[in-house]
Amino acid sequence: MNFLETFKVALEAILSNKMRSGLTMLGVIIGVLAVILLVSIGEGARVYITKELTGLGTNLLIITPGKTTTSGGFHPPSAGTVRKLTYDDAQALRRRAWLLTDAVPIVLGTGRIKFKNLGRDTMVIGTTPEFQRVRNLFIGIGNYVSQNDVDTKAKVAVLGTKVKEELFGDQNALGQVVMLSDARYRVIGVMQKKGTSLGWDVDDVIFIPVTSGQELFDTDSLFEILASTPRAEDVERAIAQIKNILIRRHAHKEDFSIQTQGAMLSTMDTILGVLTAVLGGIAGISLLVGGIGIMNIMLVSVRERTREIGIRKAIGARNSDIMAQFLIEAITLSGVGGVIGIILGVGIALLIPLFVTVLPTSVSLWSIAMAFSFSMAVGVFFGVYPARKASLQDPITALRYE
Amino acid sequence: MIHLSDISKTYRMGELDICALCGVSLTVKAGEIIAIMGPSGSGKSTLMNVLGCLDRPTGGTYTFEDREISAMNDDELAHVRNAKIGFVFQSFNLLPRFSALKNVEMPLVYSGVPSKYRTERAVPVLEKVGLGDRMEHKPTELSGGQQQRVAIARALVNNPPLLLADEPTGNLDSRSGEEILNILVDLNNQGVTIMIVTHDHDVAARCKRIINLKDGQVVGDRVQA
Ligand SMILES: Nc1ncnc2c1ncn2[C@@H]1O[C@H](COP(=O)(O)OP(=O)(O)OP(=O)(O)O)[C@@H](O)[C@H]1O
Ligand SMILES: [Mg+2]
Repeated sequence: MNFLETFKVALEAILSNKMRSGLTMLGVIIGVLAVILLVSIGEGARVYITKELTGLGTNLLIITPGKTTTSGGFHPPSAGTVRKLTYDDAQALRRRAWLLTDAVPIVLGTGRIKFKNLGRDTMVIGTTPEFQRVRNLFIGIGNYVSQNDVDTKAKVAVLGTKVKEELFGDQNALGQVVMLSDARYRVIGVMQKKGTSLGWDVDDVIFIPVTSGQELFDTDSLFEILASTPRAEDVERAIAQIKNILIRRHAHKEDFSIQTQGAMLSTMDTILGVLTAVLGGIAGISLLVGGIGIMNIMLVSVRERTREIGIRKAIGARNSDIMAQFLIEAITLSGVGGVIGIILGVGIALLIPLFVTVLPTSVSLWSIAMAFSFSMAVGVFFGVYPARKASLQDPITALRYE
Repeated sequence: MIHLSDISKTYRMGELDICALCGVSLTVKAGEIIAIMGPSGSGKSTLMNVLGCLDRPTGGTYTFEDREISAMNDDELAHVRNAKIGFVFQSFNLLPRFSALKNVEMPLVYSGVPSKYRTERAVPVLEKVGLGDRMEHKPTELSGGQQQRVAIARALVNNPPLLLADEPTGNLDSRSGEEILNILVDLNNQGVTIMIVTHDHDVAARCKRIINLKDGQVVGDRVQA
């Protein structure tokens, strides 16, 4: 008996009890749907974050005070005080680390900005002109902080579009004076609109010269130094150069850390990959439950059709014919359920971003292929036992079965 | 054609061994038509099942067309059932979901006959048993006599040299029974070896040889004129 023949017999059996077959398939449909959906959400998150991080430039280096070692954890330097990163450190890197295109000192804090009777608490970033290039954030109207502003600790501010809108509405903000934590700042520019990136509203920020920032937050240290290299291949050598320069400036201690965007990217990638696998695995359990449903129905079906098995054997069916008949029936149930589950899963995954914008999804071919082969495997795995049970029946006992 | 030598079939019931067949020896030549008679429980069905390769004897040797059946594996037995022996049951044993035609085609499926040739082989056999106009009917849409004729057509579709019938007329009224018997006698005239289990002396009267069983043993074997 050839495959097509057996498949037809199996299909007839499935169609002869539509309600039962449908309910059995439902288990697999839900399982496959869950796998596709959760994996596409996990993948979506991964693709989204990768895109956002790559958008910042993979050649980015982030230098932060304090030393984190590879053994994990944060080790306070033995002397007891963390030597801070200073504006002069950044200047030294800018002058002497020739592998770097930029070394941007950054101070970070929150401040209350006031204009007339309107006020708003926002993030304040103290930077130098190169910040624009390093972070791909550019000035829209007016001017960004200049080197001269940095050198003279000028009280000038560049507003994110959201801050500008909140305080000035449609009015022109350029040249206006705002109060930033009791100091008077002149607005010299407004950034381009950028939107939210990795949960941070880039438009809800005020940029001021780094030196003014240090004064504002009453500190002589930096939050971090952002550096970048022209080419990704230079990152390793640039790190060595930075270490060389800073260690010498820091009394021969490596009391700072250098993270690369590439390393962060691969860490995130790994974490989200694991997350996706876990989500998929949990969904896989429901597919397994669907498989048990198939096994259950197949066992009932074998019992109900004992007499049919006896008759088929009496007229010449071999054990393998009976085995194939029931196995293909199980695989068809799970396979068809799998296909329906994939169609629904992909459909829903594609629809989600249209309605829930914060939930990006990504349907990958491999997850479809995996869900389908997994559902087929479920059919085989849970079909073999009932099919084998059917095939090994003694013809005369089967014929006598009532 | 058939040679049984000291065939026994015992069932273990608790501590007791019951023999349904206790040392049956028998030779059947090609072209014979034989009635098997005996009281209820004498082992007639058991004998037919052994002959039909549906059941394995617990002892003795069974040779069919010079081949040792007792030594065959499951697949070889399936082949014998498919190609060499047609079996007709008292209770018809048709597949209820399929039409008469599909039921008759079923053995051809397992002989590997491609589907397009099956119908052209099954139709004439159904016509031969007088069911040319009932081919698309399901078993439930047929009378008992018609169902049994479908079962005979199914048994014959592979042109087996041997046809076994276990009380083929047992569930039928006398007229339908008569028709079935006529078909079987007719087949025997065309050369098919036939063995019929029956309680009916009128049926036995039309067979050339009558074997009597009692308590699992052959107690009579005579050829009549
Ligand atoms: N599966 C079984 N387990 C135990 N004993 C069995 C089994 N099948 C048959 N027997 C016994 O074997 C003996 C012969 O049974 P068999 O069915 O061959 O009788 P029979 O001659 O066909 O009777 P009937 O005319 O009523 O059909 C009986 O005593 C029966 O109880
Ligand atoms: Mg009987």
